[in-house]
Amino acid sequence: MAKIIIPTPLRKFTDNQSSFQATANNVGAALSELTETYPGIKGHLYDDQGQVRQFIKVFVGEDDIKSLDNENTAVETATVISIVPAIAGGCC
Amino acid sequence: MSFSKQELERYSRHIIIPEFGIEGQRKLKEAKVLVVGTGGLGSPVLLYLAAAGVGTIGIVDFDKVDDSNLQRQVLFGVGDVGRPKVDAAADRLRALNPYINIVTYNVQLHSSNALDILKDYDLVADGTDNFPTRYLVNDAAVILGKTNVYASIFRFDGQVTVFNYKHADGTFGPHYRDLYPTPPPPGLVPSCAEGGVLGVLPGIIGSLQASEVIKVITGIGEPLVGKLYLFDALSFESRTLKFKKDPATPKVEKLIDYEQFCGIVKPAAEAKKDNTVKEISVKELKALQDQGADFQLIDVREEYEYEIANLANLGAELIPLATVPANAERIAKDKQVIIHCRSGARSGNAVRLLESQFGYDNLYNLKGGILAYADEVDTSLAKY
Repeated sequence: MAKIIIPTPLRKFTDNQSSFQATANNVGAALSELTETYPGIKGHLYDDQGQVRQFIKVFVGEDDIKSLDNENTAVETATVISIVPAIAGGCC
Repeated sequence: MSFSKQELERYSRHIIIPEFGIEGQRKLKEAKVLVVGTGGLGSPVLLYLAAAGVGTIGIVDFDKVDDSNLQRQVLFGVGDVGRPKVDAAADRLRALNPYINIVTYNVQLHSSNALDILKDYDLVADGTDNFPTRYLVNDAAVILGKTNVYASIFRFDGQVTVFNYKHADGTFGPHYRDLYPTPPPPGLVPSCAEGGVLGVLPGIIGSLQASEVIKVITGIGEPLVGKLYLFDALSFESRTLKFKKDPATPKVEKLIDYEQFCGIVKPAAEAKKDNTVKEISVKELKALQDQGADFQLIDVREEYEYEIANLANLGAELIPLATVPANAERIAKDKQVIIHCRSGARSGNAVRLLESQFGYDNLYNLKGGILAYADEVDTSLAKY
C-alpha cells in the first residue's frame, strides 16, 4: 500500500486525480498499478526501455529512489511516493 | 566597505537581527547577483534583493513588458507596457534603493554570451521560463563555479532549490543535471504562456528564491542544498525532497547548443521543406471575408481560450486540437479551410495531421494566429 502523488503536468492522464492509492509493496509494482489504471501516463513515465524517464524523479518519502533500492524500494501503507517532473516556468 | 547614515537607517531592521548584524549587511552590499529572467519569478526576486541591499544586481532579459505580464509581474505598471523589461525594472529598482548598482543586459542569454555575463557575478538566480535556458544557466554556473539559486513554477506548483553550492571545503553541491539529466521532450510540459499560472504563485516562490539568495550570500541558516522544495498552492502542501550528486552525471566542460539538446528543431532548410504548410495572413483572411468568399474557419484552441477572444464573427468553429481527429468529418474537403489557434503553432500541427492522416489538401494555417488578427485587423480583441 502506498499513496502516489501525481504532479500537475501528468494529471491530464489520470482524470485530473492528484493522487493514486496503490496496493503493491514496492515502488515498481505501485507505479505499474498506476499505469495499468491510467494507461495514458505510461509513455510519459517510462522510456522505450522501461526505465523511468530522465526528466522525472521518483521519491519515497523524502528520498530519491536512486539512493534507496530504486524500483525495488519497499513501501508500506503510510508511504508517500512522489513523482516529480522537471518544470521550467518562470513566466516571462 | 562602509555604510552611510542613510544606509544604516535603511537597513536597521536587518542589522538588529543578531544572526545577521552589520556583517550580514556588509556581505549583501559586497555581493554581485545576476538575475536571469525578469518575469513572474524575477519580479519578487529583484524587488526583495534590491530592497535588502544587494550591492550589485545584474538583470538579463530580452523581452518587452506586455499587458499579459501585469497579472503577476509586480515590478511593472501599465506605463511600462512596451518598454524593454530590463529598463523598466532598472528604473523601479533604482527608485526603490538608490544605494545599489543595477546592471542591465537587454539580450537573450545564449551559449555565446552566458559565460561572459555570468563571470562577473558571485551568484545567479534563475527565473527563466524554458528548458534550454535552464540548462544553459546551470552549465555556465557549473563551469564558472557559481552557486545557482533555482526556482520554477507551473500553474499551482512551485519548485525551489540551490544548485552547485560552493561548500567551505571547496567542493560543490549537486546541480540541475544531477537532478534531471535531460529535459522533457518539447510539448509535454507546457510553458506558462500555454499552461497558465496562478498570478500570486511566482510571488510566493520568487520570495522563497530571494530568501535563499540572501542566505547563501550571508552564510546564515541552512540553504536548500541537495534538497528540492515543492509547493502546491491548491492543496497548500509542501514537501522537501532530498537529492545527491549523481556519479553518472557527465562533467560539464563547455556550453552546447541548448535548443538542440532540448529537442527543439530549428527550421533548417530541409526540415522546413518537409514540414511546410500552406499559410494565409490575417489580412488575406480579412479580405476573403470582405469579398464574401466561401471558406471554413476552424479554431483548434481550448474552450477557455475561445472565451477570451474568438473569431465567431467570421464563423469560426471550435474543435480543440486533441479532438481534431475525432471531428475530422466536420472539416470540409471541397472548399478552402483556414485553421487558426493563438499564435499559429498548434494550427500548423493540425494542418499537418489532417494532411498526413486524412488526406486533406485544402487547408491553410492562419499565420500568427488570433494574436496577429488582434494586432493587425481587430484591435478590440483581447490578447493573452
